[in-house]
Amino acid sequence: MIIARRKPLQEIKDSLQDYQRALIVGCGTCVAVCLAGGEREVKLLVSQLEIASRLAGRPLTLGEATVERQCDREFLHELRHQVKNYDVLVSLACGVGIQFLSDLYPDKVVLPGVDTTFIGANEEPGYWTERCRMCGSCYLALTGAVCPITMCPKSLLNGPCAGTREGRCEVNQEKPCAWTLIYERLEASGRLDQIKDIVPPRDHRLAAHPATQIHEAYKRRFSAHE
Amino acid sequence: MATATHNPDWQPKIVALVCTYCTYTAADMAGSLRLQYPPEVRIVKLPCTGKVDTIHLLKTMQAGVDGILVGGCEIGDCHFLEGNLRARERVEFARALLEEAGLSRERLEMYHIGASDAPLWVERVKQMVARIRELGPNPLRVAGAGGETAKTDQAAA
Repeated sequence: MIIARRKPLQEIKDSLQDYQRALIVGCGTCVAVCLAGGEREVKLLVSQLEIASRLAGRPLTLGEATVERQCDREFLHELRHQVKNYDVLVSLACGVGIQFLSDLYPDKVVLPGVDTTFIGANEEPGYWTERCRMCGSCYLALTGAVCPITMCPKSLLNGPCAGTREGRCEVNQEKPCAWTLIYERLEASGRLDQIKDIVPPRDHRLAAHPATQIHEAYKRRFSAHE
Repeated sequence: MATATHNPDWQPKIVALVCTYCTYTAADMAGSLRLQYPPEVRIVKLPCTGKVDTIHLLKTMQAGVDGILVGGCEIGDCHFLEGNLRARERVEFARALLEEAGLSRERLEMYHIGASDAPLWVERVKQMVARIRELGPNPLRVAGAGGETAKTDQAAA
């Protein structure tokens, strides 16, 4: 799931300085789960903006809408009648949704209401941790399903380094050493001999940006994009 | 604190969101005991303070009330185990959101008042009314009524 953080109100207010009519657009998927940009957060932001703009003596006309997903055109199409009434759209989706919204309504000013932070797991309501860096070449089969690219600050593929101390990382002693976790996980699953395997250097071309991917079955339809 | 330059006839309007199992019972008992407390508080009975959502608190302030008092069970005494603890977290979050928007966080407060503690209810209401009197009217009410440019609570402080 994509994790995002709502931008400070001041930043959103400043970006709306030159506009009178703003539609706040939420996304009902990842950012709703991480409490940054779902329907509820849209209502909270609208309420905050209404309070702030009335106190500033410069009332804004605010609208709210939340679509199922902002990274799918079919859901963004639902907004086509509503967007006409506004001169600026503030998207509370991840960076993908924000850009997609602008792609679909290019004549509208689209502003971000959140900062997209990482891909993470929902540990507990309100608490998320990063688990994947989207490196394009998954090593989890070799590392006991603990990602060294994400969990080790040095992204070491062969570890641990000499900085590991009693299961803690030398870069941040609050954090566990990823390679100690890997050792423990391999040991627990009877695969400890795997830790001796040397993993060759990572192919960084696999994580080239901007990435595109076309499914085998859709090759003919989208071959022009390759 | 704000120096009150508002209408001298102004009386605070405070909404109390209270749990039926504890604070509401305490308030009811305060009535039975003929305990006197300020009339500026309007009570809304809830099944549990865990029912209080952050948006309820913001919308209530937006509607122009001068203060909100959330009254939940004592810690460890929630009928639904942890509704009051959740409410406490949401109230703290709402206080931060209100402050970010330009209203004083002091306008919103949560108290834990047991069902048998009518005198504590009276004391907390008096405390809240005194605090709101010092803060003055909700600047949104001033802005809404007269179309004036109200100062934010922070700017006035």
